[in-house]
Amino acid sequence: MSAHICGDYKTSYKEDMVLFQTKFSKFWITAFLIALCVVPIFLDNYTLYVCNMIGIAIIGALGLNILTGFTGQISLGHGAFLGIGAYASAYLVMDLGIPFFIALPCAGLITAMFGMVFGIPSLRLKGLYLAIATLAAQFIIEYLMVHMEGITNGVLGKMVDFPSFMGFSFDTDLKYFYLVATIAVLATMMAKNIVRTRSGRAFIAIRDQYISAEVMGVNLFKYKLMAFAFSSFLAGIAGSLWAHYVTIITPEHFTIGVSIQYLAMIIIGGMGHIIGSIFGAIFMVLLPELLRVMSGSLSGHFPMIVNLFAAIKEGIFGLIIIGFLVYEPDGMAHRWQMIKAYWKLWPFSY
Amino acid sequence: MQAENKAAESPVLLEAENISLSFGGVNALLSVGFKVEKGEIYSIIGPNGAGKSSMFNVISGLYRPQHGRILFKGRDITPLPPYKIAPLGIARSFQNVELFKGMTVIDNLLLGRHIHMKAGLLSGGLFFGKAQKEELHHRAVVEDIIDFLEIEHIRKKPVGMLSYGLQKRLELGRALALEPELLLLDEPMAGMNLEETEDMARFILDINQERDTTVLLIEHDMGVVMDISDKVTVLNFGQLLASGTPQEVQEDPAVISAYLGDEDSVFLAGRAG
Ligand SMILES: Nc1ncnc2c1ncn2[C@@H]1O[C@H](COP(=O)(O)OP(=O)(O)OP(=O)(O)O)[C@@H](O)[C@H]1O
Ligand SMILES: [Mg+2]
Repeated sequence: MSAHICGDYKTSYKEDMVLFQTKFSKFWITAFLIALCVVPIFLDNYTLYVCNMIGIAIIGALGLNILTGFTGQISLGHGAFLGIGAYASAYLVMDLGIPFFIALPCAGLITAMFGMVFGIPSLRLKGLYLAIATLAAQFIIEYLMVHMEGITNGVLGKMVDFPSFMGFSFDTDLKYFYLVATIAVLATMMAKNIVRTRSGRAFIAIRDQYISAEVMGVNLFKYKLMAFAFSSFLAGIAGSLWAHYVTIITPEHFTIGVSIQYLAMIIIGGMGHIIGSIFGAIFMVLLPELLRVMSGSLSGHFPMIVNLFAAIKEGIFGLIIIGFLVYEPDGMAHRWQMIKAYWKLWPFSY
Repeated sequence: MQAENKAAESPVLLEAENISLSFGGVNALLSVGFKVEKGEIYSIIGPNGAGKSSMFNVISGLYRPQHGRILFKGRDITPLPPYKIAPLGIARSFQNVELFKGMTVIDNLLLGRHIHMKAGLLSGGLFFGKAQKEELHHRAVVEDIIDFLEIEHIRKKPVGMLSYGLQKRLELGRALALEPELLLLDEPMAGMNLEETEDMARFILDINQERDTTVLLIEHDMGVVMDISDKVTVLNFGQLLASGTPQEVQEDPAVISAYLGDEDSVFLAGRAG
């Protein structure tokens, strides 16, 4: 490893700051982006649907990772923040007639504002206590989603259109894929840049040693709120994209279960690693789909015990997650780094 | 305005005025006062629990004293929160290393530049023009500190992997990155071997002389304290025993009797005699 560092000595700090440094990593990232454009054309709608769900989950998981993985502020309310984004966007587009591409960032900003308000307790509360405070946020928002029927249409659910842009409607899985993929790539780049610049360092400093951070001039309150705001912003974007994809949303889609699912994503993927959000999102979306396909085909052969397979599916899901936590406690991102170090490939050396 | 004029005339950089601090029934500090002049290396010594670290915590805004004031360049900074004290030009290290364990050496030092940087969330996230230039500039400043502290070989290492001695050195670097006028060092040599101690003493002298930084030092190593300090203040059970030049302090009867039986007393006596 050290041999690599010596051999690859950067001649200027500027070079050292480029996101993708080696020719090799540039090659891979270009190949990846081209694949992202070309491959979907050949995929069937179900696969595209799964990919879109992954893309949306990546955006949401990036947000939670910034807050919990990088800043160390645990949140049990991420699911509700997705809901705020979803309903805000739905309301802006369906009730106020605002174009989707304006409603989308607005939904993000509205969610960010809620995030900041519910992030205020973080100045005083830490760890489990903060978790309970954000849990309260989750329940308050759930209550609002059910009862503010003028905006949300309550438990009946709200119908949402596919997004359209100047007459072009993103009404197929393939079209939606390009929309989600673009935003997911942008969100990833943005998050990556944030964590390696001033604000991101302040976030990590607060997580690692908040007293030192404050003594070095970091305004804890400001940066904690900033983390909450950015985290909820991405949750709002993810929620909006989700709403306009599934086209009907109810409060049941944004329960504490969703919050926990997102926490599971970043824990399994790797807290405090941008790429961990991506791994975790892929894992948590893909695994239940795989199990569903498998138990579906099995129950085709054994129709008598269909119910049993459903139960087994849930059990296996839980077991795999526990297995991951036991054998890969630092998350998939950690394993990924070790593999990279082993091969001395540095596609994402930052 | 007035404060600034006064600071220009008077060489006093930091003044502790009658500081009293207690935790429940424990008096950590009792009417302690001293003045640190610009350019000095000023040491605070005293047995364990004397209140030395508490005094640092009062200066950096982590503890609020029940009585007394801290004046920095004539300005009362006692009520300020820590993050507002740092930009005035006060940086510190901690007795037990308090680095950011999940960050690399470079990032720890770059965090020390926080108050000198401007980039916000958005411009950092886009990493365009200005934000990029800013990173570049401060990276260069940090590389200077890396050179100065001779830690080039570990610049990209995560801090958690470093030896204790290197962590102490890095913590000094992080404080230095803030470009303070006043540097508070809480036992920078504790737990170090002889060579590391000598290195650290050399760094402190260099920082004081070449970087024009006033140093307030807490240290148990009497040899170092007496060698490099311009002034020494002795605390004992939260009270000020004596203040003065190393020579004066070593000859002070109150100090000698307080240190009697302590292993340091041998040294003190040797020096005084
Ligand atoms: N946060 C706190 N809460 C309660 N008591 C405290 C706190 N901080 C310090 N004290 C008490 O104040 C007294 C002075 O402690 P301080 O850490 O300032 O001593 P010190 O001179 O730095 O000692 P050492 O040489 O061991 O570092 C001690 O009795 C200590 O127990
Ligand atoms: Mg101490």
